[in-house]
Amino acid sequence: MLKTFKIGGVHPPENKLSKDKKIEVLPLPKTVFIPVAQHIGAPSTPVVKKGDEVKVGHVIAQSSSFVSTNIHSSVSGKVTKVDFSADSSGYPKQGIFIAVDGDEWVEGIDRSEDLVKEISIDGPEIVKKIQEAGIVGLGGATFPTHVKLVPPKGMKAEVLLINGVECEPYLTSDHRLMLEKADEIMVGIQLLMKAMGVDKAVIGIENNKPDAIKLLNQKCASYKGVSVQSLKVQYPQGGEKQLINAVTGKEVPSGALPIAVGAVVSNVGTAFAVYEAIQKNKPLLERVVTVTGKGLKKPSNFLVRVGTATSELIEAAGGLPENTGKIISGGPMMGRAIASLDVPVTKGTSGLLLMQEEESKREEIQACIRCSRCTSVCPMGLEPYLLMTLGEKQIFDRAENERIMDCIECGSCSYTCPSSRPLLDYIRFGKGKVGAMIRSRKK
Amino acid sequence: MSITVVYTIVTLAVIGAAAAVILYFVAQKFKVFEDPRIDDVDEALPGANCGGCGYAGCRAFAEACVKASSLGDLNCPVGGNETMNNVASILGLEAVKKDPRVAYIRCNGTCDNRPKTSSFNGATTCAIASSVYSGETNCQYGCLGFGDCFDACDFDAIVMHPETGIPEIIDDKCVACGACVDACPKSLIELRKKMPKNRKVVVSCRNQDKGGVARKACSVACIGCSKCFKECPFDAITMENNLAYIDSDKCKLCRKCVAVCPTSAIIEENFPPRKAKPEVKKETEPVN
Repeated sequence: MLKTFKIGGVHPPENKLSKDKKIEVLPLPKTVFIPVAQHIGAPSTPVVKKGDEVKVGHVIAQSSSFVSTNIHSSVSGKVTKVDFSADSSGYPKQGIFIAVDGDEWVEGIDRSEDLVKEISIDGPEIVKKIQEAGIVGLGGATFPTHVKLVPPKGMKAEVLLINGVECEPYLTSDHRLMLEKADEIMVGIQLLMKAMGVDKAVIGIENNKPDAIKLLNQKCASYKGVSVQSLKVQYPQGGEKQLINAVTGKEVPSGALPIAVGAVVSNVGTAFAVYEAIQKNKPLLERVVTVTGKGLKKPSNFLVRVGTATSELIEAAGGLPENTGKIISGGPMMGRAIASLDVPVTKGTSGLLLMQEEESKREEIQACIRCSRCTSVCPMGLEPYLLMTLGEKQIFDRAENERIMDCIECGSCSYTCPSSRPLLDYIRFGKGKVGAMIRSRKK
Repeated sequence: MSITVVYTIVTLAVIGAAAAVILYFVAQKFKVFEDPRIDDVDEALPGANCGGCGYAGCRAFAEACVKASSLGDLNCPVGGNETMNNVASILGLEAVKKDPRVAYIRCNGTCDNRPKTSSFNGATTCAIASSVYSGETNCQYGCLGFGDCFDACDFDAIVMHPETGIPEIIDDKCVACGACVDACPKSLIELRKKMPKNRKVVVSCRNQDKGGVARKACSVACIGCSKCFKECPFDAITMENNLAYIDSDKCKLCRKCVAVCPTSAIIEENFPPRKAKPEVKKETEPVN
């Protein structure tokens, strides 16, 4: 029997429309808007001002604390302003506007396709370079990678888990990357292993991607310590804690980090970015984005410069279909609807999903019928119906005792609810309030 | 048979007497002294338990009143000056007269004034909508219209306008408890001084964007032009973050600001209709 995580999970229709589409390089946009907060942690501080000329790869915003990261210019041209503009939430966030002029790169960046296998630097230097290159977790959570690689005192990493699961329906960016950049990913994994000082790495891939499993299995023969684990298709297997449970059988305790069971999880996209940063000296300034949807003419996978407006991606994928009801940044389960097409692609944008009018609306909310399906599908073993009620009634201290902070916001409960209750809406709201409560207590 | 009845009565009587003696001493030993004035004050309060005074309920407020040395910081907004006078006479303190207040919702972003650019499909409460995104229009400061204030009001003083979807306050029912002020995630609601005949002059906008951005999102937005600020003879208007604010304690209801506001963001309510404007004459004068 195939491995998977032990509790909960759902299996939504996969709809991987763009899985056979090669990664295309998106033409350069005319302008970009690069937000300074593209990661978890403190927003970076802009170091350019209006009128400055920048080249591709220039640092335009510097890391402001340990849990923060550098942001590089993804284009060459002139900074038109450093100002606030609406991000995917509609609230204005600080960022840098650049008018694109040509495509000049900073010297020292190797843009060739040649594979560089030899690793010439040691562990701490790799971590330092990862930090400088502005690499964050590209699975969507955008946690700065260099922080993950340095375990807290007294803890030791034993195994590196590489997340090639891509359990979100529709998304295919990681899948394509594994097929087209397998060797680069392998070298990236070697680099991460060296940085952490571990000699074992496991790539977890769901078995709806047999071509990727086969290819990476072949590659494993020539890279020491790396193996591939095929997994049963089950959402949310790409969740850090779920992947650890599926591959190693260990359970991360409530409130603890994966390092508590000796594991560090990184996405395949991150491994590729690490390869480029260290072997090619290229900072993180572009990423693969899946643009998909049933009504879309040409679902595709694009290699996109950070800061490109959403509208350009949709244009390249055949234009906005008339009956579009909702555009989601990310996958259908965890992604967020965006309110404007000016929203830029950031380091965490794994996909854009255009939903048709008829599939985008929620059903009418009905009373809870106590079927307990939400409880049985919750991958964290929580009681979503209870957490929702506590959020609704604003009983936050009890919600904390019921481990509301363990919720990974995967949305399996809302997906499975036969009464279409907005479970996750209220739980996320409660999580925000409880989080604020905990932070104010620490002060 | 009869002797059994006597035994029973005697036994129970003895147990009863013993228990009474024990209870008496226990009651003496663990006696909790409570100021009888707390009950009196509690009696004098409206008993709405709305929390508008800042205490958990009327009883807690009564305890605070009895403990306090002056009533300066204590006020029951529901009962107003009358109730506070009664409380003061019970406690032998002096009541501090406070201006009655009334809630006002500072947004006029109706569908006509503020076009919708997206629609929200999640759980319909303002708290959740505002935690997810900025709102259905391009104004991130305006009313979301899901009625958290309506739900919070214990006095039926808020109605959701069926056409505009924006809540309205019924002045005569509003007791200024402040529950709606806390409920609004956009901080749109303010407790303002109650003027004679419920008259109002208010900047009905909280948009802090630059003029152009604000105006594009909503035709009645405050664009921060400062015209009202310069016009006001009583220094009641302050400008901060591209937004004018009228201090209801200083405002004398002269309405000069209303006349100069280019976007009609300043609203006057409950005034008799204005007389025909003299400006019409001025236009004709040069022709003659």
